[in-house]
Amino acid sequence: MTLAARGLGFGFHGRAIGSGVELSLSPGEVVCLLGANGSGKTTLLRTLLGLLPPISGSVTLDQRPLHDWTARERASGLAYVPQAAESYFDFSLLEMVEMGRAAHRGVFAQPMARDREQSRAALDRLGISALADRPIHRVSGGERQLALIARALATEATHILMDEPAANLDFGNQALILEEIARLRDAGSAVLFSTHHPDHALRIADRVVMIRGGGVMAAGATDEVVNSENLSALYGRAIEVALIPCGAGNPRRVCIPSSGRHP
Amino acid sequence: MIVARARFPLWLALACGGLALLVLWSFSVGKFPVAPGDVARALWAAITGGPSGLAANVDAVVLQVRAPRVAGALAVGAALAAAGAAYQSLFKNPLVSPDILGVTAGCALGAGIAVLYSLPVGAIQALAFAGGLVAVGLVVVIGAWIGGRDPLLTLVLTGVVVGSLFGAGIALVKYVADPYNQLPAITFWLLGSFTGALPRDLPSTLIPIAIGLIPLALLRWRIDVLSLSEDEARSLGLSVGLLRFVVIVCATLVTAAAVSLAGTIGWVGLIIPHAARLLVGAPFARVLPLSLVLGAAFMLAVDTLCRTAFATEVPPGVATAFIGTPVFIALLAISFRRSA
Repeated sequence: MTLAARGLGFGFHGRAIGSGVELSLSPGEVVCLLGANGSGKTTLLRTLLGLLPPISGSVTLDQRPLHDWTARERASGLAYVPQAAESYFDFSLLEMVEMGRAAHRGVFAQPMARDREQSRAALDRLGISALADRPIHRVSGGERQLALIARALATEATHILMDEPAANLDFGNQALILEEIARLRDAGSAVLFSTHHPDHALRIADRVVMIRGGGVMAAGATDEVVNSENLSALYGRAIEVALIPCGAGNPRRVCIPSSGRHP
Repeated sequence: MIVARARFPLWLALACGGLALLVLWSFSVGKFPVAPGDVARALWAAITGGPSGLAANVDAVVLQVRAPRVAGALAVGAALAAAGAAYQSLFKNPLVSPDILGVTAGCALGAGIAVLYSLPVGAIQALAFAGGLVAVGLVVVIGAWIGGRDPLLTLVLTGVVVGSLFGAGIALVKYVADPYNQLPAITFWLLGSFTGALPRDLPSTLIPIAIGLIPLALLRWRIDVLSLSEDEARSLGLSVGLLRFVVIVCATLVTAAAVSLAGTIGWVGLIIPHAARLLVGAPFARVLPLSLVLGAAFMLAVDTLCRTAFATEVPPGVATAFIGTPVFIALLAISFRRSA
């Protein structure tokens, strides 16, 4: 099953922010969305999720246009992980994750024993099952983000789309989230995530899509696309990509802003 | 710490037990005291249809005078608390309630116009319902149009503004009302009171309340998902627009039925769901039943004190404001400091 955008124009109220987006996402791969503030990453993500209608072109899941899917069908194909924002009510982590099961049950249903088991299993996969009964206001930002990822797992969707999953997290929790995303890919999920850190792309993404000026500036395999030239153009600052030795493993590529504007 | 889920049966049982004691107490106190044992016997006889063996005036006080008033207080308290819980989930906002959203004022204006034209009970309720729907509709539309960075505050302020607009309408109704017959009735009813609760009014109050509550109870899990952000709710497979519409109509119907019987009684719909959530956590499947019981108990306790504690009766709508304000400030402090 592949999520694909063809000639996609996205925006609000019929006004396009971006156009001509080509993108595909299949199980077992991680695609990273890079772009400066205001480049429309979130709007593109919402269009790919079917929350906004495409302005032009199409988004298809399994070769069927998204708007042909009912809300419940779509929910079992595409899962959304929002930025860990303030939640209004103090659900426990388990209750929050169980809501991922709603699309699998009738309108008048309550979560069943099986839903509870699956939700616990999802929390377990992300290593936070000990916090299952903790109110969501009383866990750290990283744990809250993990719970939202667990909820995406509980939906059993093949594709998981994350909006800046590492934003507002400290350094350790950012690394934790990235490791979990890589693990989801290894378990067969398709993951698309947006981020402000090109280092996150270098760390786990198979492919990168760079959004700039209302279109795709560059797209392709991470090692080919994430280079000094593209990053400098993307962010308007001189940025270098350096190879540095890292522990006993292979040397890793990292991004370093150097001083000065990009010409 | 025991988890909120496990605490629920205990709190519900405690609340039900407390409610039963309150009912017995409310029946027995007043200008004509009746021993709790006699109250139980009179009620039992009325339910089973057998003879109570009590003096006729005792039976009359329990069944004719106090029963409608007790039933009215229970129904209105439960209804306002349930409507408040539903509005709070719907608007993702623990600071709203039927009165803060202006729904109560909208219902009151509708009902007031019906009283002005001397319309029958059914029309009073229908106009109250229509007025409530217009008020909540205005709040939704204006709130969405204003937008803003703090949706919690925007909604509350919009509700206050819409409420005062309808308040002006009510003032106009009072101004043109017949000062000898209609005006005292409207004024007294606006203060919020159960003295007008007659046995024949009860079915027309209880039936719309039940009609509104049943969908809310059935949709309890969906209402939880609805309380997340709209993007989350939709991506989790909900038809958000349709569900919102159903919840608004049901909660407004329940509010209109309560207002038609007892006038504008504030604060119950705000405080009770808040308290229920503090006790048993956020899921609507637990908040709704506990709110129903706590709301009924709170309203009955307030009304009973209002008719017995002072030399003259105090309108319960006035008393809930006196009790509600400090309690709400305390709840606010607890929940804001906790989330800070």
